[in-house]
Amino acid sequence: MSEHHNENFITKYIFSQDHKMIAKQFLITGMFMAVVGMLMSAIFRVQLANPGETSVLYNLLPDFWLTETGALQPDKYLALVTMHGTILVFWVLTAGLSGTFANFLIPLQIGARDMASGFLNMLSYWFFFIATVVLMSSLFVETGPASSGWTIYPPLSALPQAIDGSGTGMTLWLSSITLFVVGSLLGGLNYIVTILNLRTIGMSMQRLPLTIWALLITAILGVLSFPVLLSCGLLLIFDRSFGTSFYLSDIIIGGEALHNEGGSPILFEHLFWFLGHPEVYIILLPALGIVSEVIAVNSRKPIFGYKAMVGALMLIAFLSFIVWGHHMFMTGMNPFLGSVFTFTTLLIAIPSAIKVFNYLATLWRGNIRFTPAMLFAIGTVSAFITGGLTGIILGDSALDINVHDTYFVIGHFHIVMGLSAIYGMFAGVYHWFPKMYGRMMNKKLGYLHFWGTFICAYGVFFPMHFLGLAGLPRRYYQNTAFPMFDGLSDINDLITFFALVGAAVQVFFLFNFFYSIFKGPKATQNPWKSNTLEWTTPVERIHGNWPGELPVVTRWAYDYSKPGAEEDFILQTEPLREGEVEH
Amino acid sequence: MTSILIIVVVILLLAALVQVTRVSELLSEIKSKDVNEVTDKDNNTQGLLFLIVGFGFLIFVVWQMVTWNHLLLPPASSLHGAEIDILMQASMALILIVFFILSPILFYFLYKYRGKKSNKAYFFSHNNKLEVVWTVVPTIILTVFIIFGLKTWDKAMNVDVTQSTKIIEVYAQQFYWSARYSGDDNILGKANYKLVKEKNIFGVDTLDINFGDDKMTKEVHLVVDQPVLLKFRSQDVIHSAFLPHFRVQMNCVPGITTQFGFTPTRTTAQMKETEGEDFEYILLCNKICGQAHYNMQMKVIVETQEEFDIWYDSKQNLENRLLTKKEKKDV
Repeated sequence: MSEHHNENFITKYIFSQDHKMIAKQFLITGMFMAVVGMLMSAIFRVQLANPGETSVLYNLLPDFWLTETGALQPDKYLALVTMHGTILVFWVLTAGLSGTFANFLIPLQIGARDMASGFLNMLSYWFFFIATVVLMSSLFVETGPASSGWTIYPPLSALPQAIDGSGTGMTLWLSSITLFVVGSLLGGLNYIVTILNLRTIGMSMQRLPLTIWALLITAILGVLSFPVLLSCGLLLIFDRSFGTSFYLSDIIIGGEALHNEGGSPILFEHLFWFLGHPEVYIILLPALGIVSEVIAVNSRKPIFGYKAMVGALMLIAFLSFIVWGHHMFMTGMNPFLGSVFTFTTLLIAIPSAIKVFNYLATLWRGNIRFTPAMLFAIGTVSAFITGGLTGIILGDSALDINVHDTYFVIGHFHIVMGLSAIYGMFAGVYHWFPKMYGRMMNKKLGYLHFWGTFICAYGVFFPMHFLGLAGLPRRYYQNTAFPMFDGLSDINDLITFFALVGAAVQVFFLFNFFYSIFKGPKATQNPWKSNTLEWTTPVERIHGNWPGELPVVTRWAYDYSKPGAEEDFILQTEPLREGEVEH
Repeated sequence: MTSILIIVVVILLLAALVQVTRVSELLSEIKSKDVNEVTDKDNNTQGLLFLIVGFGFLIFVVWQMVTWNHLLLPPASSLHGAEIDILMQASMALILIVFFILSPILFYFLYKYRGKKSNKAYFFSHNNKLEVVWTVVPTIILTVFIIFGLKTWDKAMNVDVTQSTKIIEVYAQQFYWSARYSGDDNILGKANYKLVKEKNIFGVDTLDINFGDDKMTKEVHLVVDQPVLLKFRSQDVIHSAFLPHFRVQMNCVPGITTQFGFTPTRTTAQMKETEGEDFEYILLCNKICGQAHYNMQMKVIVETQEEFDIWYDSKQNLENRLLTKKEKKDV
């Protein structure tokens, strides 16, 4: 691979094969989608607080989504929650998170000049980009975008007569997700091959930073589970367009009895969640990897229990493949199967607990430096504790009977998966921004951003547990049809208040990010005094990462505050001193 | 006009933000100090903030538990539900204890070990004993909870259907619920979706001898302390029958019959005494099913046998409802 080759505007910024540029493309696209997804949530939160009323925010929506009185139409509310879920789960927390940090960090942290295949890497972004365009275009379709929830259970998603969004909107959704899966498979294969083959001399697997371990395991999860989503979607396309009956049986819709017999919607759920549950960890693990790195660097301490951390990641990944049925306790599947899934699901608490204890042990007797990245990393740990614990309720089939599909679930997964992962993503952006753009982000704005987000996010999601325990189902346009939920309107108002403030707080981040790209103070080579290899590259971006020879690694990534060393960090390239034992 | 004003205000705010940031950075250049370097002072402030906001969050959690406690569902009105409630209380106790131990530790550590330039962290990379302890302890606790959970699940799901178990069909369609009582023979007449037409909304097969005494209703009435087995069907998309007060939920899936058996233990009248005059049991849809999903409900009433009989006898059976006089003669 050549170290430098001629770059013009197009090969540098658009069809770039440089992993660092591709990472930034994923990041910016992901951020754009995050803003779209967040605005959608702001809009439906307003509807939930003021059901059936109009609002300034609705000006953002196409006119035909509103009723004559200017209120949101019920099926467009469902369109909004569907698109919010799809965008956040796939676009922001899968592509935005993995796409950004796997591309950016893998070559830099393992000491490679680029990904194994720069071309496939470029393709992976452009598939993602086209998927984005297709998905966004569905917002402007006359019958509205997909509206059957991000889990698109048939028959609702299969029959345009059942809900408007299952017409063209759903076709676009399925096309978009197909492109998305192709893109993420190309990326995932590349990540795995690169990590296994292109590690520099001395970078044994036991010396990999935990970020890389997390990204490797994530990529393996993705490669094994995304194809199942693809086939699941393909069968749905067949049912929708070619008259097959994989998922359809005994249906009367719009007064007409359909010919389909013998299919099973439950089959769809099995296929969907076979991806769907690993997907949760595809979202979470990269964040945990980033957090491990950021916490170690800023506690000035080695990550506690490195081997246990890697083992826990592997165990979580393995278990994630045999727990999908916990999304389906109430589908009428054999209760014995429910027992098996309860058993495997609750086991996940063990590696999760290990991770939390190890984070706490890393902080213990540290010399903690509160960079904005560190604040967000701690946010992840806090959210992982708070949200992870309620998983013990939901994973237990007997308890799931009464909280299944209620706001308790919404509270749980937004905290444990949404917040943990988005905090991890913020931590990563603040931490590696100097490496990405050669400039520093503003610290004070970062602090404001964190505290605003941290307070508002708990203000939004914690009260949802109480809504769920009161029996309130998710995906209700409004709760006014049931007198038993009348008392909950105060809670809904409070949640909406925090949601709107929390959304506004993100302006601090967006401003800080774009301002700092152009005007931020110049970064030094190793601003956080880290050990890992990316901080041995020059501040200026070059294609090929290191100007001369590739670095040679002689120690693990976590020699912080090691007794006997002068500084409180030792670069991975620094040879062991005489008589020094590797950790 | 408002929109323009909002845009102007946003632009002005952004401009102000640019200037403030710029000024702070210029100032630090003059003082030749790196504005983004984290100082000891920052560490003090942020550490303290974690202590304050962190414990503020814990207080917020307690406040919610106290203030909103009355909004939560009343104790279960079913036999298996009572057991679920016990499991729920035990699990809640467990996670609250762990939450109120781990979160304070986290926030306290952040304050206690906030950085100082002069300090050095303690190099502590692993400790096998410690790690074994915090792997084994959660494993033991979880094992107990898994066994406890599976036993409760088993009791809830594996109902013995005896002669005294009343069989009732709950039928879902966008966006209505209907019920079909199995009548004196306690057997539901066969049904097929292709037979659905006009009055025969369940698609009951009128050639099946078991159908005649079935009764169709728009409410579910249950007799207190009498076991019931609900059979669920759907004719269009997946719905979910959720009876939160009884701790009962089951998806209604087109093409498949699902079921849930339980025994109600408190009448609606009894519940009104403790929960207020407005109290009603309810069956609601808990699986996204279309635009009016939020309003798909059916009233459930639990009453004594006598009250039930009066209501039940007033309903027409399907033989009278679906067949003409001539057809009845033929049967």
